Amino acid sequence: MATASSARADEHWRVDALTVSAADEATDRADPAPRRRRHTARLVRLVILPVTVLAIWQAAAMLELYNTVLLPPPSRVFMAAIGLIASGELLRHFADSMRRIALANLVSIATAVPLGVLMGRYRPFEEIMDGLLNILRPIPPLAWIPLAILWFGLGESSVVFITLISAFFAILINTIAGVRSVDRSLIRAALTLGASQHDLIKDVVLPATLPHIITGVRIALGVSWMSIVAAELIASSSGLGYMISYYREVLRSDLILVGMLTIGLIGFVMDRGLLWLERRLLPWCTRVEP
Amino acid sequence: MAVKLEIRDVSKAYDAPGGDRRVRALDGISFSVDQGEFVSLLGPSGCGKSTLLNMIAGFEAASSGEIRLDGKLVQQPGADRGLVFQDYALFPWKTLLDNVMYGPQKRGLPKRECVEIARRYIELVGLAGFEAHYPHQLSGGMRQRCALARSVANDPDVLLMDEPLAAIDALTRNTLQEEILRVCDARNGTPRKTVIYVTHSIDEAVFLSDRIVVMSPRPGRVFELVDVPLPAPRTDETRLLPEFHELTARIWRSLKIYAKPA
Repeated sequence: MATASSARADEHWRVDALTVSAADEATDRADPAPRRRRHTARLVRLVILPVTVLAIWQAAAMLELYNTVLLPPPSRVFMAAIGLIASGELLRHFADSMRRIALANLVSIATAVPLGVLMGRYRPFEEIMDGLLNILRPIPPLAWIPLAILWFGLGESSVVFITLISAFFAILINTIAGVRSVDRSLIRAALTLGASQHDLIKDVVLPATLPHIITGVRIALGVSWMSIVAAELIASSSGLGYMISYYREVLRSDLILVGMLTIGLIGFVMDRGLLWLERRLLPWCTRVEP
Repeated sequence: MAVKLEIRDVSKAYDAPGGDRRVRALDGISFSVDQGEFVSLLGPSGCGKSTLLNMIAGFEAASSGEIRLDGKLVQQPGADRGLVFQDYALFPWKTLLDNVMYGPQKRGLPKRECVEIARRYIELVGLAGFEAHYPHQLSGGMRQRCALARSVANDPDVLLMDEPLAAIDALTRNTLQEEILRVCDARNGTPRKTVIYVTHSIDEAVFLSDRIVVMSPRPGRVFELVDVPLPAPRTDETRLLPEFHELTARIWRSLKIYAKPA
């Protein structure tokens, strides 16, 4: 249950963050000035550490305190990034990885959500599925690479398959947990208001589970990036993972770093995007008790 | 008056956790409720009053005996028995309007009519203007008003209420008690609602009810049936009547032996 518990830890962190901002909003509605000041202060706290690290790194490289072939200074990484962007190479690799991740996650959502709802809702079905899934789940996605190559050959399908395996379980486990935690009173309320057993899934179980499904997708996107890089290292000739491994062979550590930082940045932006989407889609799901 | 609901010799037993013995939750419960009557199930915790309500709602089956609504055997939950919960059970992803509309929609009424019904009942419970709010934006009292509107808007034959005011603060509770009676009253064409109300508050039971089923615990039995001859409408004045105090004192004397040592 490692994935599920990390999801929960993540949620705790979010509740704290949201509580603070909700309290801020309440006190600041009257006067926007302190709010702006607090906003600036928070921004400073967010960037101070990365900026400091960059500055020390750059200074150390310029003073030649270490071998810059192994770790080029930020300025050189930046120039390398400009070069890769200008040539269109970065965009091409990024687009390839992104397409595979999107495909793998869409297929995962389409299969893991219905399966998770059935497993969470019908105990006998869960018991039938449980043994098989729990043996498959601990197998690291990377261990599937040899078989994937045998089955699908080198290229697109293998990479998507590996990525799909990691995303699938993250979404499945969160969906099951979500379905199980649906408030029994809500089910009963729907039944006394005239809902049929069939209506329950659509009217109560799915909407109540949606926040958990979104959490599952957030985790799935995170682990997708982990496994896609490994899969592309071995089974593909494009994508950010391939790009990183290619430049290792030609000893271009600056370009390796560009690839790594791109993944970090995209992962961050995608996670924030999902959080934003969640707030838009689920205005009722504040996760903060009034 | 016509008998609406009949509870005949209902018992309920289940295996204790561990499974080594049977626990008798309810034992030989019998009483009937007339059309338009407000009946409270009153008793200390452990007397099975909520279990009995769940059985009337159709969520649990009796081990023996039967429950009949308009002569028909109760076997599963249905829209003819509306339920108001202690924890409100409003759909958190629906606005107030959509919550109250849910029942009429399930009856297959056209959308326009559902909105009209919902607005009428939201106004009836004093929540006009809050139609677009989500439950988490409201206080506990407002949420319970909304839950009441949702149940009554669906026009059930019997309204079942499971300690609906237990989580409400004392000041709001008094107001809401009057509100419940007002909402359940006869109104342009629709007859007065038949209500089964579960509570462990003697005051509340006496204030609201036409009749009180006093229950004793372990196993749950009907201890006595108490008529409440207080005049309608019940208002703040009612709480000052000597009859009100005599009745609550009398019920307290019989239930006192079951009160847990403080």
